[in-house]
Amino acid sequence: MARHWRAGAAGLAVLGLTLTACGGAKVGDDSAAGSGSSGTCGTFNLAINPWVGYEANAAVLAYVAEHDLGCKVEQKDLKEEIAWQGFGTGEVDAVVENWGHDDLKKKYITEQKTAVEAGPTGNKGLIGWYVPPWLAKAHPDITDWKNLDKYASKFKTSESGGKGQLLDGDPSYVTNDEALVKNLKLDFKVVYAGSETALIQAYRNAEKNKEWVIGYFYEPQWFLSEVPLKKVSLPEYKEGCDADAEKVACDYPVYELDKIVSAKFAKSGSPAYDLVKNFTWTNDDQNTVAKYIAVDKMAPEAAAKKWVEANRDKVDAWIN
Amino acid sequence: MTVAVQKAGRPERTGTEEPPAPARRARTVSRSMIVAAILVVWLALFAVLRGKQTLSLAAADLTDLHRWFNDVNDSIGANRNSNPLFLYFFNEIRLVIDSLVTFVQELISQPAAGRPVPQIGWLGVVGIVGYVSWAVGNWRVALLTVAGFTFLGLQGLWQESMDTLALTLSAVFVALLFALPLGVWAGLSDRVNRIMTPFLDFMQTMPTFVYLAPLTLFFLIGPASATIATAIYAAPPAIRITAHAIRSVPETTVEAADSMGATRRQALLKVLLPMSQRTVVMGVNQTIMAALAMVTIAALINAPGLGATVVQALQSLDVGTAFNAGLAIVVLAIVLDRVTTAASGRADSARGSDSSFLKWRRQLMVAGGVMAAVLVYLSHTYLWAAEFPGEGSTGSTIARAATDVTTWAQDNLSGLTNAFRDILTTGLLNPFQTVLTDSPWWLVGAALAALGTVLGGWRAGLTTAVCVGLLIGTGVWSDAMTTLASTAVATVLVMLLGVVLGVWMGRSALVDRLLRPTLDAAQVMPPFVYLVPFLALFGATRFTAIVAAIVYAAPVAIKIIADGVRAVPGTTVEAAMSTGCNTWQIITKVQLPMSRGALTLATNQGLIYVLSMVVVGGLVGAGALGYDVVAGFSQGQLYGKGLAAGLAIVLLGVMFDRITQAAARRAGA
Repeated sequence: MARHWRAGAAGLAVLGLTLTACGGAKVGDDSAAGSGSSGTCGTFNLAINPWVGYEANAAVLAYVAEHDLGCKVEQKDLKEEIAWQGFGTGEVDAVVENWGHDDLKKKYITEQKTAVEAGPTGNKGLIGWYVPPWLAKAHPDITDWKNLDKYASKFKTSESGGKGQLLDGDPSYVTNDEALVKNLKLDFKVVYAGSETALIQAYRNAEKNKEWVIGYFYEPQWFLSEVPLKKVSLPEYKEGCDADAEKVACDYPVYELDKIVSAKFAKSGSPAYDLVKNFTWTNDDQNTVAKYIAVDKMAPEAAAKKWVEANRDKVDAWIN
Repeated sequence: MTVAVQKAGRPERTGTEEPPAPARRARTVSRSMIVAAILVVWLALFAVLRGKQTLSLAAADLTDLHRWFNDVNDSIGANRNSNPLFLYFFNEIRLVIDSLVTFVQELISQPAAGRPVPQIGWLGVVGIVGYVSWAVGNWRVALLTVAGFTFLGLQGLWQESMDTLALTLSAVFVALLFALPLGVWAGLSDRVNRIMTPFLDFMQTMPTFVYLAPLTLFFLIGPASATIATAIYAAPPAIRITAHAIRSVPETTVEAADSMGATRRQALLKVLLPMSQRTVVMGVNQTIMAALAMVTIAALINAPGLGATVVQALQSLDVGTAFNAGLAIVVLAIVLDRVTTAASGRADSARGSDSSFLKWRRQLMVAGGVMAAVLVYLSHTYLWAAEFPGEGSTGSTIARAATDVTTWAQDNLSGLTNAFRDILTTGLLNPFQTVLTDSPWWLVGAALAALGTVLGGWRAGLTTAVCVGLLIGTGVWSDAMTTLASTAVATVLVMLLGVVLGVWMGRSALVDRLLRPTLDAAQVMPPFVYLVPFLALFGATRFTAIVAAIVYAAPVAIKIIADGVRAVPGTTVEAAMSTGCNTWQIITKVQLPMSRGALTLATNQGLIYVLSMVVVGGLVGAGALGYDVVAGFSQGQLYGKGLAAGLAIVLLGVMFDRITQAAARRAGA
């Protein structure tokens, strides 16, 4: 008898659930709001390279493309090399913050012809050696490379084999640091932290605990709004002084960060392409959005919304 | 990366009990003397020849082999649209797998065909998983499953979790499609088994970073590549364990079937498969765990889900958010683990239960099925049942707590941890690494081969020599020696932890119950989650990599040693106690010597697990092979070098595995 009773109870429970459910909003009730705004744009495949500054560019572009142009934006988390690979296969339409990468330009723009340039983002990319602010304040002369050797022993760590440690970050960074140390005859050893996360954490600790750290860094970068690192001046950059990678003995050039799009996308007539092409802003703009994302922990979309609403005039210039 | 029964194909010596014969003890002594002699000769020659013929290679330098790998890679990329192999083979595979994943995603995670929500909403999914886990397991597991899945929603990670689940299920499905038949084949034929083993070793030790980039070349960016990468990594445990299961069906049973005139096919279907069902389900379990471990890595090629959340949080060093997502992965893993474990138990108990119970059960099954169907219908139709209600405030509480704990640890412990790091680095790691990297390559190679021969016999010695030769061929010899030093130090620490905690767990059931969930979590929690706190505590150093490796590898060693200690017969321990041994004496004179097989197995597994963390180490300052692999993934011109570094990691793994296995056989013989 027991089994009938149990099955019956289960059935009753089901019935009850069904009845109470009848009052709820049904899927599809508000479909007009969900899929109404499909403009001429279609799908816009936007690569997201893994650093917050890039994410800021992409978030704002995605927000404008979605809300002003009615595009369906597909964001794809990819490293640079793989994102460029996607131009040829139609998986990626645009990379919206490119740092130099002459090798990739040669391969995909000149040789395979699957990508084209879409102009600068307006951001100036600065690469160089940085020290935490407390150190620059305590020893002001440290920001000149000529004085680095004087302090080399202070920068010693368990990893640097008796020399001073110069900390490098992610392997995808553009770097001449090993050649620089050799050619400037500095008593330092380049140690690879291996990721941007490791680099930022090292600087964060250094500022908090007054530790001696010198290493590779770059701007624009959200972390600088948390800890304003000081740049060390290297011998001045002159056109061509970095032509031979083995003999580099000068500072990094100022990079004009730019946008790369797939050749197909450039010809498609999509309003998203015009948006990408017209998009420019300043380092301060990017840092603002990057700070919303990384420090204030806003979702990229919310961060973009906040910035776009405050800077409507700049946005309008991109889409008109 | 959770492959606890990785080497299950080999009979374990855990339970064997045999007092060491006096003759063998004499041999052991002489063997350790030979080892000491080799080390002395090595050190003496090192003192004379230091810094010569070290084969070191700067970070940006390449060898011809690396350039050749690059060229192959480039030509594939350039020709993929014209090559028939791509048009008719790889693209077809990609299409099939893509539609499989998309189908599952539209079912449970992504908005489907014009709907703002997936076909089955959260209530439906909870209903189905609850029903399924009850049907294949028992009501306790069903309760755990429902609670676990609800928790995912409360964490505010419902959609991400479902994306991860969709990817995991698709990858496991694809992996099993190949793994089960291959496993059966390897179980039936010794030759196939022998041929397959090196390939399986290769698939499990080759760092996944190495084949992520080529996979996108073959299968493009998207769910197909992520699924295939995951399936490649997850298939080997299922193959090994299935083969093992078929092998361990008692011979007498098979003979009985033969004598009754069963054909080969009948014997397989009616005898071998049903009898190994329980073990095969454990293989499925291990495959699911391995697939979940790939979730964060696959996020680097745009796999959706929890992995993407972890990776994104890592960019802004947001420990709390990363931990919250990592915890969701752990919850998924624990639920899936318990369900499959219960299912393998059910396979046995169902056969034994009487028919009246079965009848009663059938009715309940139908009722439960109807109920699940109603829940699915509701979640398909009504928004409240489709979208998880609430803001996921539990998630933000968890994130905040994790951040607070991390900050506290960073502020209060970093002095202590830095001191600890410096002592171990200067006292142990640096001298060891110097001997390995600054000795001439032929000296290190000869010493390794000699040690292999003494510890594991001439076969192991020969394998070592071949591996050394191939390592030199990869062009990253010096980096390999640096990695070898860190790996060895990490393994020593893993074994220390393993012996201390393993013996403790083996002797006390209570300690076992308390520690085991923590060990499970440590194995499944994506390493990316704890990189940031470790960086704060230990800086970007080789030592940070060692600590990360210990967190991942120690649980395996601890579990194996605990099992070994528990397998020592109670009568033996009692006998020792009655002769007046104290606790310390029982542990050192009885329990540890008798679980020697378990200790060697733990060393073997500890090493393999440590090696699988080399790449993660490269992200936090360990440099060497790990950095090379990561660099190869990031920069086109370093691709070939990264591949070579990946091969070097495999070679180190094979070398260690063969030596420790041979040594284990000797110890057990």
